[in-house]
Amino acid sequence: MTAAEPLGAADARTPLLEVRGLGKSYGSVRALSGVTASIGAGEVLCVLGDNGAGKSTLIKVLAGAHGHTEGTLLAHGIEQHFASPRDALSRGIATVYQDLALVPLLPVWRNFFLGAEETVGHGPFRRLAVAAMRATTRDSLVTLGITLRDVDQPIGTLSGGERQAVAIARAVHFGAELVILDEPTSALGVTQAGLVLRYIARARDRGLGIVFITHNPHHAWAVGDRFLVLRHGTSLGEFARDGITLDALTGLMAGGEELDALGPLLGRPASAGDAL
Amino acid sequence: MTGLLRRPEVGALVAAFGIFLYFSISTSAFLTPAGVATWLYSSSLFGIMAVAVALLMIGGEFDLSAGAMTGTTGLIVGIATTQWGLNVWLALVLALAAALLVGAFNAWLVTSTALPSFIVTLATFFILQGLNLAVTKLLTGTVAIQGLGAVTGFDQARVLFGSSFPLFGMDVKISIVWWILLTALATWVLLRTRFGNWVFAVGGQAASSRQVGVPVRRVKFGLFLTTAGAAWLVGMLQLFDVSTVQATTGIGQEFVYIICAVVGGCLLTGGFGSAIGAALGALIYGMALQGIVFAQWDSNWLKAFLGGMLLLAVLVNLGVRRQAGDRS
Repeated sequence: MTAAEPLGAADARTPLLEVRGLGKSYGSVRALSGVTASIGAGEVLCVLGDNGAGKSTLIKVLAGAHGHTEGTLLAHGIEQHFASPRDALSRGIATVYQDLALVPLLPVWRNFFLGAEETVGHGPFRRLAVAAMRATTRDSLVTLGITLRDVDQPIGTLSGGERQAVAIARAVHFGAELVILDEPTSALGVTQAGLVLRYIARARDRGLGIVFITHNPHHAWAVGDRFLVLRHGTSLGEFARDGITLDALTGLMAGGEELDALGPLLGRPASAGDAL
Repeated sequence: MTGLLRRPEVGALVAAFGIFLYFSISTSAFLTPAGVATWLYSSSLFGIMAVAVALLMIGGEFDLSAGAMTGTTGLIVGIATTQWGLNVWLALVLALAAALLVGAFNAWLVTSTALPSFIVTLATFFILQGLNLAVTKLLTGTVAIQGLGAVTGFDQARVLFGSSFPLFGMDVKISIVWWILLTALATWVLLRTRFGNWVFAVGGQAASSRQVGVPVRRVKFGLFLTTAGAAWLVGMLQLFDVSTVQATTGIGQEFVYIICAVVGGCLLTGGFGSAIGAALGALIYGMALQGIVFAQWDSNWLKAFLGGMLLLAVLVNLGVRRQAGDRS
């Protein structure tokens, strides 16, 4: 396999996050090794891999949930060893997990600020800054291209894509410069997945760095600047967009030769079945 | 749906208005000053508890021991003053401490074992019910405590818990003031404070709340202690109103509180509801309770009515949950 291409969007800025030869062992089990990648502001790094490829281990390390055991991790060019998610958060790295940590029956703006509510007044008269939080929620969502008629509607009434966007907007509002998205499109239908990709592109255009974890190369190709492919716990390389094609990416990710070998056994061309 | 219709208490408001109209027209006593004062008083005692229970239910828990606890607190004050000669105010504090202890016990068991609060508080309900009768009998030889009126300091405490004042020709009991104040306070806390936000969140999705840093355990402790505190207050309001307390006081009312809360729009599954709704639920119950007396019906109709209201409310609430909650 080829090594990572020289950085495509070559500019003088230090990457928000950079990893070199990153690896993670749990006792004697080596779950991840040899990951080298970097991500700057306004870039989307797609992490591709099948189930068990090491994607979740990588997330856990980048998010600060588990410390790495090999290689180096640099945030803003400074070497770090995250001890907790709070640690990562304080370096501007936030993670949006698949369950989104939302409360369906709670209004959108209350979800947005849950656990970090803004208040006014003092002592027993300390109260929620309702108007300010409503406005902030509305504005944050508008920057991602979502205009809600009413931020007081229960968040459960929003579509899956919109809820994902609320979670992203929340992370950004609370100081994230780099957001790790854990399979944001995998539980969604085609339309909703497309919506989420639009929000990702929008957030990228606003200067956010995004690590987009997915097992769908088409989704990755739609928004990615760079692609990190994982298989069996090791990196197959980081590729710039102009250094690889979608077909090559798909082949690489699925283990092309394994699929080729499987082809004759499956017996017929792909049918026009469910396209999810 | 529009903002107004989304409010949990709208159904209860409509029902309360309907019941008010019905009994006002069909009985002559219902709308008299004495009649109004009667059903308002009745509603207030259920209402204070229903509001506290509603907060707890919004936070995703039940408290079946709340009814028996109103009896326990009254009995403690009764026994401490008439049997041991304790100062009334000290007895009040003692009873409050006992109630909060039971509340804390409920909260501790529920949060540390993750057992359903329905079962945990069902157990404390039976324990309290048994203790109320057994201990009262053991200490006094009877199942009722009387003669509180002769206790020194009783009259001062009565100003807070058992007095009344004239208004529009009615003899308004102080418990109605407590009820209105506590409903307003609970509404403010729910909708305008961080704690209130957390109550909705914890009841709606505890795991997500924990993920974003809501202190789930502390919120639940606060809610169980609130219910216990309300049970103490209602115990005192009943005690100082009639100067006697029965060992069976409050038994069987735990479900009335829950029904009032549900009629007022609380979901049994938590995360949704309102304090004003619960207060309206109690108003419906109080009006029906006294209205049936005024109409000279067999009082057994009340239970059937209550069941019907509950069923109706649960069906309405189901629609709410379908609309919003179950999509994720």
